[in-house]
Amino acid sequence: MPTYFIRRVLAAIPVMLVVAVFVFLLLRLTPGDPAAILAGDMATPDQLEKIRTSLGLNEPVYVQFTRWIGGLLQGDFGTSLISNTPVIDLVADRMWPTIWIALITITLSVIVAVPMGVLAAWKHRSWVDHAVMTFSVLGFSVPVFVIGYLLIKLFALDLGWLPVQGYIAPSQDFAAFAARAVLPALTLASIYIALIARMTRASLLDVLGEDYVRTARAKGLTERRVLFRHALRNAAVPVMTVIGTGFALLISGVVVTESVFNIPGLGRLTVDSIFARDYPVIQALILLTSGVYVGVNLIIDLSYSLLDPRIRY
Amino acid sequence: MAETTQRAAFPIRTSFITEKVGIAPMIAAVVLLLIVLAAIFAPLIAPHDPIYQNPIMRLKPPSAEYPLGTDNYGRDLLSRVIWGARVSLLIGIGVTVMAVVVGLLIGLVSGYIRLADAIIMRVMDGLMAMPSVLLAIAIVSLIGASIWTVMAAITIPEIPRVVRLVRSIVLSAREEPYVEAAISLGTSMPRILWRHLMPNTFAPLTVQATYVCASAILTEAILSFLGAGVSTETPTWGNIMAEARVYFRLKPELIFWPGMALSLCILSINLLGDAARDILDPRMNKREA
Amino acid sequence: MSLLEIDNLTVAVDRKNGKTVVRDISIHIEPGELVCLVGESGSGKSVSSLATMGLLPKGALKVTAGKILLDGENLLDLSPSELRDRRATRMSMIFQEPMTALNPVHKVGDQITEVLEAHTKLSNADKHAKVMDMLKQVGLPDIERVAGSYPHQLSGGQRQRIMIAMALILEPRLLIADEPTTALDVTTQKQILKLIKDLQREHGTAVLFITHDMGVVAEIADRVYVMNQGDLVEDGPVMEILATPKEDYTRKLLSSVPSLVPRPARASVSKKTALDVSDLNKFYGAGRFLAKGSATHAVQDVSFKVTAGRTLGIVGESGSGKSTVARCIMHLIEPTSGGIRVGGQQISGLSRRGLKPYRKKLQMVFQDPYRSLNPRLTIEESIIEGPVNYGTPKAQAKARAAELLDLVGMPEGSADRYPHMFSGGQRQRIAIARALAMEPELLVADEAVSALDVSVQAQVLNLLAEIQERTHVAILFITHDLRVAAQICDEVAVMQRGQVVEYGPTADVLGAPAHDYTRSLLTAAPGRDWDFPNFRPVAA
Repeated sequence: MPTYFIRRVLAAIPVMLVVAVFVFLLLRLTPGDPAAILAGDMATPDQLEKIRTSLGLNEPVYVQFTRWIGGLLQGDFGTSLISNTPVIDLVADRMWPTIWIALITITLSVIVAVPMGVLAAWKHRSWVDHAVMTFSVLGFSVPVFVIGYLLIKLFALDLGWLPVQGYIAPSQDFAAFAARAVLPALTLASIYIALIARMTRASLLDVLGEDYVRTARAKGLTERRVLFRHALRNAAVPVMTVIGTGFALLISGVVVTESVFNIPGLGRLTVDSIFARDYPVIQALILLTSGVYVGVNLIIDLSYSLLDPRIRY
Repeated sequence: MAETTQRAAFPIRTSFITEKVGIAPMIAAVVLLLIVLAAIFAPLIAPHDPIYQNPIMRLKPPSAEYPLGTDNYGRDLLSRVIWGARVSLLIGIGVTVMAVVVGLLIGLVSGYIRLADAIIMRVMDGLMAMPSVLLAIAIVSLIGASIWTVMAAITIPEIPRVVRLVRSIVLSAREEPYVEAAISLGTSMPRILWRHLMPNTFAPLTVQATYVCASAILTEAILSFLGAGVSTETPTWGNIMAEARVYFRLKPELIFWPGMALSLCILSINLLGDAARDILDPRMNKREA
Repeated sequence: MSLLEIDNLTVAVDRKNGKTVVRDISIHIEPGELVCLVGESGSGKSVSSLATMGLLPKGALKVTAGKILLDGENLLDLSPSELRDRRATRMSMIFQEPMTALNPVHKVGDQITEVLEAHTKLSNADKHAKVMDMLKQVGLPDIERVAGSYPHQLSGGQRQRIMIAMALILEPRLLIADEPTTALDVTTQKQILKLIKDLQREHGTAVLFITHDMGVVAEIADRVYVMNQGDLVEDGPVMEILATPKEDYTRKLLSSVPSLVPRPARASVSKKTALDVSDLNKFYGAGRFLAKGSATHAVQDVSFKVTAGRTLGIVGESGSGKSTVARCIMHLIEPTSGGIRVGGQQISGLSRRGLKPYRKKLQMVFQDPYRSLNPRLTIEESIIEGPVNYGTPKAQAKARAAELLDLVGMPEGSADRYPHMFSGGQRQRIAIARALAMEPELLVADEAVSALDVSVQAQVLNLLAEIQERTHVAILFITHDLRVAAQICDEVAVMQRGQVVEYGPTADVLGAPAHDYTRSLLTAAPGRDWDFPNFRPVAA
């Protein structure tokens, strides 16, 4: 167990390092004076100088980099060029709406998508299968914001069941929070459900063709038992993988969804920072989301060994 | 023993396509063709100039002259949607070509040179860890928005997926006895790569290319929608929707028409990709045989 | 009344006007009888057995005519749930690949218990006792530990024992065994065959044993059915089939089985040493960061020589290191240490470039004919690739390719066609032609006939012998099959766990083995007492 665990964790370090280098170089390698790019065309020499000192742009690149990494390791993600507050505070301020919506989305997606995929595989080539596959390809194809506006139009404007936009913290008023979280979560879940349902179906179809499923049938087991005891667990690993890699899609989706539903989360912070050219914030957000992505996938990786005894600890 | 064991290696026949694949991809192909034609012949088809502003015709309902109505500047929505196809398709095709070519080269190197592989794969893992939309908007916001920067910004996050696919194919193909036979025949490494390994990637790459294309078009629309894409002067589906957000309660069709064009375009490409996979996937063939 | 009676069974591809894969076959099995169903690939023997169990792949194959009566009850008329009740209780099945036939994520003990859960209402303690008793009966050691293991923690033989325990725990009257020993090594095969035979006698179980191996048939069958391409060819008591087969097909099948008696020694044609291997060593898996376990010593101080025009066989079971030796010689992998001389020139340790002039002297024929030719190149392109690499003009190489295709017995017009248009045997001929195009001094054949049906195998072996006579090429023949080795090799080296345990002329090694391991391999060879091509017992 420890070797496998340590190897996996160690493998995540170079990945994060690549992300850090990339994010760092992005600004420095951009043609032109980075300070001028960030400050915009109307900047005064004073403002430029302020940005330069704030980002340490007057130092040699390697000094900038080591200083920056050193800061990151101590939890210093830099300071916003606009509000002058530490980036970490901005993020802490804005992260809860995003976390709530993301958690609801993931839970909802898994609960809906896995049974859909199982059903489609079990009733392969039936109308259920076709319906699931149709839904899945639609979920992939219709952009999040189009789905968002369709849902708003239908449930908020036409039927009037739910509020159009906005966010209220669950601690403040849970019912109001829930009412406002339903549509963004549904919107965000559409692509995730499509992804997971499709992978569940494909993986299960593969497993149902395996020899040990034939053995299970030869033992005189019921189809239900064959499916639940022998097929599902073997089909789980690819599904877990896609939940992990699909997390990247989720993060991208959050940016758009928060914009559509006017939710003051990290997605909105991203968009706002980009318009304000607040690079330290953008930098930190990319690092953080990548870190979450790598972390989620690491946990999923480690959990494989619970599902499949052949994957050694 | 009959000496004609038929193992179909290239089982693509027209009857096969209609029997196994069904009509959905056919419809998808027709829809996509219409969108492509509309994009190419936009100046001829579009009833109005897509950027001509007519202040007295603001937010008009559909009429004979403006089949889909007008937007908040009095521009013809139909013409703008037709012109919008241009940017989407250009980006879709451009990103696909660049991502596939670059990804193929890197993937081949990675699959064959062990030392390079370790480094390349860490870089690719890092690129994959960054959410593509965030990465793309960061790049665009720094370098400035033009169709070329948008294209480059969308291409970069697509490359790792192509690299991984190509690499995994090369890794499994190089274990094939026919590759070992080529080594014993004194065939040089670059030639083995070119002649024996690369052709294995074509079928899966075709399928992957359709998904890259669909994903690129989607990302471009998201960038435009967030205001981080091609200049707002250019009619793109994302830009039209971004401008219409304020008027959503008043005129939701300003969002839904371009949204539908976008969705149909991506849907058609995805359906064609699925069809290509069904035809080209050797595992599927084995199951049918 | 027969226990199992298959009447005029026809199975077809499940499509409109689907091709029939089994036609109008009738088989009966009496209680306690062991019946072998024998045939080459595509004969329909497995399909017939799956039809009996009701396990034909859905949507792919279906029974179109006939009856399958078990104890007088037509299985084809039963509802799915009735059929389920019959499985494991009245009829059971074991399969070829025990690794894939067991579920990798459940402990094997639980997988056996599951049969009891599905069909009985025993208490947990009773179930456990019954499973343990069954594990003991199939001869597994340390049964508590085995029961708590996952399939990947057991050996191939142990896994097949688990499958047998699972199949027989409810004492069904019929056991269907579909090539249950094909994936196993010969010594393990012997033990499993004995186990099946013993259990059959003790419990009075009738066995339908499907196999392609006439040796196995001679070893265990009471009665035999021979199938070919979906038709039943002939049937009868085992001695009648082996000694006095009536049908041409059966005669041909039996005469293709190579005899275990070594062929007479051939006069040597040359003194020239084609290959000289000395103290070859290969370690696997050393030096990986945080890797678990230590390096495997796959090849240990192996030395041998092959002279021009002669064939040296390297025989051994899986994991003996015989293929690693071949791959080291071909430089497909780097040996850890040791010398490899080809035509007197030391080639181990040479760089890729330095090796090139010597590569053409060594050529290889691979095991799997379906994967050893690039499916995207025509036969001609495949064959001329080597000569063109060494500077032969294209036109000349093409002319030579045509000659070679003719030499290996390929029909005219083959050159422009693609590999998928040919059968396995033909592809192996093409692969031989490709190797010969380089005019090698040494041909390495790594299990080159193991994937072929026995009749095709005989043809390819004849072809190799002919070619050797003409070209005086030296052949290094890697095989697990002692029968093949006895017929084609002048000398034999027996490998076990990376080491050569016995090395000498074939007549000595296989005729009067000195080492225990060689002896155990020989005694394990199924049907060793029967001289198949001559339809009589081996003369003592």
